Amino acid sequence: MPEQAQKSLVSLLIPEYTKPIVENTNQLKKGDKKMGMEKYRIDQSKGLEFGLYSLGDHLSNPQTGERISAQQRLKELVETAKLADQAGIDFFSIGESHQEYFTTQAHSVVLSAIAQATEKIKIGSSSTIISTSDPVRVFEDFATIDLISNGRAEIIAGRASRVGLFELLGYDIRDYEELFEEKFELLLQINENEVVNWSGNFRAPLRNAKVLPRPKEGFMPIWRAVGGTPASAFKAGFQGVPMALAMLGGPVSHFKTSVDTYRHALTQAGYDPADFPVATTGFFYTAETTQQALREYYPHINEGMKRTNGRGFAKQLFAQGADKRSVMLVGSPQEIIEKILYQHEQFGHQRYMAQLEFGGVPFDRIMKNIEIIGTEIIPAIKKYTAKQ
Amino acid sequence: MKIVGLSGSIVGSKTRTAMNYLSKEILEKYPEVEFNLIDLADYDIQFSDGRNYLEYEGDTGFVTKQIMEADAIIIGTPIFQASIPATLKNIFDLLPEKSFWDKIVSILVTAGSPKHYLIVEQQLKPILSYMKAQVVQSYVFIEEKDFYRKEIINDDIIFRIQRLVEDTVVLTETHTNIRKAKEEEYDF
Repeated sequence: MPEQAQKSLVSLLIPEYTKPIVENTNQLKKGDKKMGMEKYRIDQSKGLEFGLYSLGDHLSNPQTGERISAQQRLKELVETAKLADQAGIDFFSIGESHQEYFTTQAHSVVLSAIAQATEKIKIGSSSTIISTSDPVRVFEDFATIDLISNGRAEIIAGRASRVGLFELLGYDIRDYEELFEEKFELLLQINENEVVNWSGNFRAPLRNAKVLPRPKEGFMPIWRAVGGTPASAFKAGFQGVPMALAMLGGPVSHFKTSVDTYRHALTQAGYDPADFPVATTGFFYTAETTQQALREYYPHINEGMKRTNGRGFAKQLFAQGADKRSVMLVGSPQEIIEKILYQHEQFGHQRYMAQLEFGGVPFDRIMKNIEIIGTEIIPAIKKYTAKQ
Repeated sequence: MKIVGLSGSIVGSKTRTAMNYLSKEILEKYPEVEFNLIDLADYDIQFSDGRNYLEYEGDTGFVTKQIMEADAIIIGTPIFQASIPATLKNIFDLLPEKSFWDKIVSILVTAGSPKHYLIVEQQLKPILSYMKAQVVQSYVFIEEKDFYRKEIINDDIIFRIQRLVEDTVVLTETHTNIRKAKEEEYDF
């Protein structure tokens, strides 16, 4: 482990040895700005938010062997967002991956097109690789999208699961940890303050810098993307930022540990967990029966994982995904509703983000899924999760 | 069926010599098997830096992809300082967790002394178990005295190599069939 990374780990585990990583800039005085969940545009009286997200993968449909063009894929992503908007889905996001089999490298540009094409749906990234970008430019882009969309833009910032983009964009993979931490903190500072004074290792210093434009309400929700381990969730809590938790597969109880760790870290760092939203993400596919859903979705997941991750998805594990206790939401609408409610009971989260269109799922099936989400799933989960 | 032979050291000749016998046995007895012998001495492999194996280039990318695509891997290793060579451990480090899920792995070991007999049990097998391999339990242990000028002079070793090859092929076939039958039950 590099020395720097080791240091920051120590400071996380034993906070009294070093200064806190961030000052509690999120703790605002009453009447100052928006507070708590409202600050992150979450209204719990409306119940659990339902979102769709895409990594922007560009894979062939394993059932036909055909791959649509990159242009077609981009147009379908915009269309998917429009349909999601019309169906009453709360959130739509697109990720940034600079590698083969992906097509939304310029994800903020795609999101800008979506901002123009939609009316009510919140839009965001899933995720923005802040480590290899300039936080000033990222903020400028997303604040612009926020204005175009009339206050609907959000950022989920992540650290990348691949190394290729470090080479492509001129960064050293040995700075993996520090690049993320430094740049993410700068992004948060720009979000909180109209005038920024800042200096660090990976970017020229900012002196009385005004980063413009400002988002519609002066501030926009910025989340930290968190992978499978509680150690990663701890960092999000310690930093006092909303957490977007990736859940590919496994039991709900496993991911509950991460959610609990996040809230524990928030408390430990002096924040109130009630002020910070949690979003979970995972594979999603619905059809008339659970068996049909498994049959239709499995080839996309298996082949898609092979291409993008180098390993398929074992059938045995996928079959277990149908169990109520698994995080994976593949099944009949009724089973999915029950699973979402079970997860809500366990996690107490504010948003669920579904990965529906991975691995070349054809557009007509995406449309069908969105229709079921809008007519059956969302009304049921809102009804049971709305806070009185 | 794809089988990769992996000769795990970049120095010495005994492991490679034994692996040549093993290769010949597979090619003669099982011509339908797609067999590929990778001798690490022939490749320039970088140290693992934690990236996804698909992202390695050149020899490193070639070797990791060959291993990941195999149904079975036969590892040949010498014993250095009472352990496996660093070059072999590096191959494991280059691969993802649970890389050997649904793969058969068998072992051939060459050693300078009979005192090294349990190194495989105590050091190599735990790594393979962690990586979820189906390990062929019996391995071939070959000593210095079994070689003479790059030939194996102990017939017992020849028989054991034959049995190792047979066990590897049979177990791979069996495991593939079991998995196939089980996957068909899922009906998706």
